[in-house]
Amino acid sequence: MADESKPPEKSESSEEPQPASSAPPQKSVPVSATPPAAKPAAPPAAKPPAPAPKAPPVAQTPLDNDLVRRYRERFGAAIIDALEDRKQPYLVIDAAQFSEIARYSRDEEKFDLLEDFTAVDWPRREKRFDLIAILYSFPHNTRLRLKIPIAANEQPSSLTAIWPTADWLEREIYDMFGIEFSGHPGLKRILLPDGWQGHPLRKDYDILQQDTTWVRENLGIDSGQ
Amino acid sequence: MTMTALLQFLQTWWVELVCAVVIVAVVPLIAGYVVLVERKLMADMQARLGPMRVGPHGLLQPIADAVKLLIKEDIIPRDSDAFIFWLAPVISMVAALTSMGAIYFGPSFRVADDINVGILFIIGVSSLGFLGIILGGWASNSHYSMIGAIRSTAQLVSYETAGGLAIISALLLSGSLQVRAIVDAQASHHMWFIFMAPIGFFMYLVASIAETNRAPFDLPEAESELVAGYMTEYSGFRWALYFLGEYANMIVVASVATTLFLGGWLRPFPNVQWLNWIDFLPALLIAAVGGYCIYRAGKQPVKVQVWFMWAVALGCFAVALIYVLPWIFAPLRFAIPGLNGAFWFLLKVAAYIYVFMWLRFTLPRYRFDQLMHLGWYILIPLAIVNVFSVGVAMLLESEFGWNRWLAMIITTAFTLAISVYLVHLHDKRAAAASSATAVTSDSYAG
Amino acid sequence: MDHNATHPNDTLLGADELVLNMGPQHPSTHGVLRVKLKLDGERVRGTECVIGYLHRGVEKIAENRTYQQFAPYVDRMDYVAAVSNGLGYCEAVEKLLNVEAPPRAKVIRTILTELQRIASHLVWLGTHALDIGALTPLFYCFREREEILKIFEKYCGARLTTHAFRIGGLQYEAYDGFEKDVERFCKDFERHIQEYVDLLSGNSIWIGRTRNIGVLSAADCIALGATGPILRASGVKWDLRKAQPYAAYDRYQFEIPTGTNGDTYDRYMVRMEEMRQSRLICLQAIENIPEGPIFGKVGKVIKPAPGEIYHSIEAPKGILGYYIVSDGTPQPYRVRIRPPSFINLQALDKMIRGHLVADVVAVIGTLDIVLGEVDR
Repeated sequence: MADESKPPEKSESSEEPQPASSAPPQKSVPVSATPPAAKPAAPPAAKPPAPAPKAPPVAQTPLDNDLVRRYRERFGAAIIDALEDRKQPYLVIDAAQFSEIARYSRDEEKFDLLEDFTAVDWPRREKRFDLIAILYSFPHNTRLRLKIPIAANEQPSSLTAIWPTADWLEREIYDMFGIEFSGHPGLKRILLPDGWQGHPLRKDYDILQQDTTWVRENLGIDSGQ
Repeated sequence: MTMTALLQFLQTWWVELVCAVVIVAVVPLIAGYVVLVERKLMADMQARLGPMRVGPHGLLQPIADAVKLLIKEDIIPRDSDAFIFWLAPVISMVAALTSMGAIYFGPSFRVADDINVGILFIIGVSSLGFLGIILGGWASNSHYSMIGAIRSTAQLVSYETAGGLAIISALLLSGSLQVRAIVDAQASHHMWFIFMAPIGFFMYLVASIAETNRAPFDLPEAESELVAGYMTEYSGFRWALYFLGEYANMIVVASVATTLFLGGWLRPFPNVQWLNWIDFLPALLIAAVGGYCIYRAGKQPVKVQVWFMWAVALGCFAVALIYVLPWIFAPLRFAIPGLNGAFWFLLKVAAYIYVFMWLRFTLPRYRFDQLMHLGWYILIPLAIVNVFSVGVAMLLESEFGWNRWLAMIITTAFTLAISVYLVHLHDKRAAAASSATAVTSDSYAG
Repeated sequence: MDHNATHPNDTLLGADELVLNMGPQHPSTHGVLRVKLKLDGERVRGTECVIGYLHRGVEKIAENRTYQQFAPYVDRMDYVAAVSNGLGYCEAVEKLLNVEAPPRAKVIRTILTELQRIASHLVWLGTHALDIGALTPLFYCFREREEILKIFEKYCGARLTTHAFRIGGLQYEAYDGFEKDVERFCKDFERHIQEYVDLLSGNSIWIGRTRNIGVLSAADCIALGATGPILRASGVKWDLRKAQPYAAYDRYQFEIPTGTNGDTYDRYMVRMEEMRQSRLICLQAIENIPEGPIFGKVGKVIKPAPGEIYHSIEAPKGILGYYIVSDGTPQPYRVRIRPPSFINLQALDKMIRGHLVADVVAVIGTLDIVLGEVDR
């Protein structure tokens, strides 16, 4: 097992000495300090999930509190999932009802600040992108994340009518990921030059694939390798 | 005919010619050093040192700047009118220097011998400088230079009006436009006119700051504004001419204020017998400066600076000696009024310019519409009221036999009340509008 | 019509809607910012900001660096307040790892962050005053800021891009004399703030240039996402340090300054008062810095479990947020930085409409943007 070589570089504070035989005597001493998962797996030879001591405390746990129940009541199946990760709640929602859910969040649940709106690229998934909207409520002093999985060519509805701050945020998402928002007042690139080809934050974009044409034409240099 | 006529001309006018040459040659140099003084003062107020490298304590900085500007490439915009482009800064400089011709720097230091419209001449000719500005903006062939030039001119014209009206109060008191007569009137009153017409002085102070495009009225030439001003396309010595013209204008304006309000070449409390000991002050003050230089010489870190301080100290003592000599040697007595007068005059001009610089470093800039509003809505009405009140005070004194001071104080209080009211109106208006209303004399707006 | 420079064929007078271009090189845009102003005579009818001149692809770089390797990059975003950026990032990764920095580290972090807040506001004040025409406050502000930078240099060796914090705590112990230096600075600073207030607050020219300029109502602020002093100046008494305390802020007493009008003058007053409050926080903090370790339980290789985190702090310019997605490898899968300057700059259009061209520099100054953060 490759784990045999791992112990010298400690990934966590669990003390795992090199020889397996001395593991048992150690058992009694730090039993309160080390996570319980490591100890039952003391024989190192058969211990595939050795780095897993971290897993139990930080897994995404399903969430079912009043907020989630209200959303589920209102939108039913559009709320695909409600999870909590490291004490931060988020809802995975359907892109079709995105606009209504956003409006409900602002008006009924009083999430009046769209703190951030961004995207993450999971190229191997069928629904390639995850739009992430981070909402904050001033009256309740809570945050909520909305995660909207969308496919590569899907055009989610723009949030600018609900939170005007989404204007530039959506332009940046378009610039970096190529996701077009329907209903946006002026969707064009914001950080990169207007004629740039490619969307840098996609995982299939790297320095070898960047828009060398634009750079050559406009800056007169040959970039990339 | 020509040779003898020429010689005769020279014989009659040689003094004036020499003075004129001195002015044309020396004043730009002095203006250059005024720039250095400003930089050093600015640095002092900003907790730093200013030019220190070029010459001891930066004293050769103006020379270095002049040399640099002279050897710069002469760039003329392609589509501009080359003749006007050349002419504009020349007009600016000529206007400033010519107006210096009528100024009395002391009881006998002057170029033109007592023009009978002295003050009018000075103000009129120095105003011709605006031609230099507008021609420069036009000849630059740039929209933004043109806009800057027009703004600058609008500002100049408005504040010239206000300043001229403010001066009238002093002219009323002196009864004459002649420079010598104005100063003599102050001597006969035993009092500078600033104490008799203070509001006129302060209005002229504000107006002169705006006339010379100094902060807080320097929007047309501020770097952080969009329109970079009429001087943008000028580089090298042409720009230097504009710049020196501006500083020469400052000296002119300071001289006018000194003549009219600060007693010209008179000492403080002129003609008051028991204060005649003040006449010894010039020599003492100069010697004191020399002594201070010697004291500081010990604290200089570098040898060159130590020697330099000693040189300055010796220079001060030499000048102080020149001041003291006439008291000792009777045949030189005639020079005393001249020397003392020059000293007091230069001191007052320097103080006035110091106030200019002080205001520049302290105050933020007015926006252009606020500036025009200040000129037309506050200063000009106030100036008119001031003329009226000074006239009334004089009338009360001469026709009705009132005590002069009582009359002056009452009328000054009245004018102050009007000014407070005008400022209050201005604040109310500024608070009512969420932003400024249209510019009054915005000659370029559609 | 786009005017990038003067064009002999274009007429200026009589143009109905003129587009005036400001920047990207301009003394007052505080960086490479291009603002296209649509003018009607002298009044601004609309703006269009062109940004991205300083875009360096920081978020993409993050995907190819380990968590520790990415930490110096965040300093370079808001380079005027690098310590704050570092605080946000380190705390975000610590949350991702479910560790907490020890109390001593938290307190020292708080002190350094508050000093950085003062330094950032000093830069803002100096440059804002300079744009409006007051030449002198710039030098006074930089003189004070120099003292703070000296403290930073003694602490971590760098003045500007400090990389002062580490994931898990601090690398460097507070040097000998740290408390004394901070105390001396704070005691001196009160009189300097008074200097600035004397120079500017009552000055009628200053008031004339800043009152009722760039007004933004509270509702507009929240709708546009403008946070930080801008939000507080519009009347919303809210500060993330009090609402959701992080680092050691829950231990200290401080006020949240607010304004009433939401104009440039109120933002000026709010930031001045924030400097005072930061000074008070520092004074409270140095009285009682707890003893103990400065580094938490974080190993050499940081491999958080797969998942995501969003953590935000009250940076001098607004809410600075980090959204980090981890896939179990030592390199983050996605790092998203919520840049306050970027989002605040959106409000420029709303604030400047109807004002004169000469007010544009005042409003850009009052937004307190740093292009490094706008563009990342």
